[in-house]
Amino acid sequence: MPVHKIAIPVHGDDIIPRFDLATEVVILQTTDRSTVTNKQIIVLPQSSADELCRLLLSENINTLICGAVEGEYYEFLEWKKMKIFDAVVGDWQQAFERWQNRALSPGDILSTRMVEGNLI
Amino acid sequence: MYRSELPCIHSLMNNPLDFAHLLDEIPMGILILDKDRRVVHLNRAFQALSGFSDDMAYGIQCRHILRSAACITGCPVKSSPIKSRSVSCATDMINLDRQKLPIRITASQILDTEGQVTGYIETIEDLRSIGTNDPGKNVAYSFANIIGRSRKMEEIFQTLPMLAQSDTSILITGETGTGKDLVAEAVHQTSQRAVGPFIKINCGALPATLLESELFGHKKGAFTGAVENKPGRFKLAHNGTIFLTEIGDLPLPLQVKLLTFLDDKVVYPLGATKGFNADVRIIAATHRNLEEMVALGKFRKDLLFRLNVARIHLPPLREREGDIRLLLDHFFNSYAAKNEKDLTGFSQAALTCLMNYTYEGNIRELKNIVEYAVNVAQGQLIQPENLPAYIVESGPASAFPPSPSAGNSAPSPNPRSVLTPPGTAPKPDQTTWASVEREMIMDALRKSKGKKARAAQLLDMSRSTLWRKLKQFGIE
Repeated sequence: MPVHKIAIPVHGDDIIPRFDLATEVVILQTTDRSTVTNKQIIVLPQSSADELCRLLLSENINTLICGAVEGEYYEFLEWKKMKIFDAVVGDWQQAFERWQNRALSPGDILSTRMVEGNLI
Repeated sequence: MYRSELPCIHSLMNNPLDFAHLLDEIPMGILILDKDRRVVHLNRAFQALSGFSDDMAYGIQCRHILRSAACITGCPVKSSPIKSRSVSCATDMINLDRQKLPIRITASQILDTEGQVTGYIETIEDLRSIGTNDPGKNVAYSFANIIGRSRKMEEIFQTLPMLAQSDTSILITGETGTGKDLVAEAVHQTSQRAVGPFIKINCGALPATLLESELFGHKKGAFTGAVENKPGRFKLAHNGTIFLTEIGDLPLPLQVKLLTFLDDKVVYPLGATKGFNADVRIIAATHRNLEEMVALGKFRKDLLFRLNVARIHLPPLREREGDIRLLLDHFFNSYAAKNEKDLTGFSQAALTCLMNYTYEGNIRELKNIVEYAVNVAQGQLIQPENLPAYIVESGPASAFPPSPSAGNSAPSPNPRSVLTPPGTAPKPDQTTWASVEREMIMDALRKSKGKKARAAQLLDMSRSTLWRKLKQFGIE
């Protein structure tokens, strides 16, 4: 069964809006998508897109769920055979569940929409 | 639409005013936020800058839409003192096209009639058009950020300001890496449309179906998956410029639609019955021979005539006598300052290698070489060993003579057959090291059946070096 290693750069419970400014990354491992066999949170000493790329490669990540990522890094990681779901907005756990259900797409906005305290 | 009706402004004048229209006419990105910093409205300029439509952003926390560095490191709205009316900061943002853009955010409070904060307004200035401390700005023989003192470039510098002031369509041609994008942006920035948006679309990067919706927009429900209205790039570029790069890759059905737009200046989104009058200037660019494509029936003749009102042909670097040295110095100064390196220049040996190299990738290749050299140089001067290996190998000892314009190198006494795999032997009078290298990479990829890791092993280079070279040579 293929091992999936998913990385999600986060800021609190949300996917951080900018990949290059992340200092916290959730890494999840699954074999059949439904069961998480390993979960770790890595805290980086400082934000750096280069360092983050290096971390993702050294951890053998094959799926990245993130917010905005600059074209250069996107192309590099894609070339490294990483499946990238970028410009995803919302709670990281919700995004991960969507990925498990094969329902996640790049650009998905999962946040609750509210204006002046009212749900839309 | 998430809103039941478009917002209006009451009591400012006798009749209620269309709020959205009012903001759309301001040539600067504007976000209206509620007290919780959730997006209430985006004006057209911000939609053009960010790629987000009003519907996509409505009700979402602004940091997910603005995506600026300041949003993460210190939100200007959050950090502004309660009494302060506005706060400004220079930062950058990443738009939906994955471009990082320098911007200035100015955030102000919106007060109700009682003086209570009821929301925020953020203006976003695109700083690309504003001068920076870039040394290129002060270099002679330049137009905007384009540098050169060769006769061919001087002719272009004389033509560009005139073309910028006119409002005609422009077709920019030239080999890859000659700076077509830079010229298009320079024309926009020096034209009367500079305050309007500059929107770039790569016609070769998207499939035809998506490209049509991207260019002309669509109405909600126009096709499966069209869950919300999309304005389209032509509408977003209203009062600005659209830059269609790789126009030679535009599919034929879209060429017809583009032609119709050029004639009528009206945009009809997919599924819409009503058109929008868009005042947009078109600049197109391609490295292909469009006349040849017309002969082959791959490009419409009438579209070529409409785009080809004014034409700028950018010469390859090998035809720009004297510009290599100028560009080497320019990029050296720029990268040395950026990397805070204590370098004084190039050693004579390094300079000989660089001057004798043929730069098949043109300015982009030259720029990458200088960036690499500045990064790896340890002493005060850049030495030949600080240059990428293929430059030194193809330098004075190269099997392949430089182009006539490079002029001053001696022919090679010793062909480097060891570096040329069997079956790819170059014709000595035509081939450059770059083209041989490209062929070697292609050969390795063929042997490895497209597996890049294996190809990198065959070529005895790291995967990242191979990746860089694939990008440099435009190998998909």
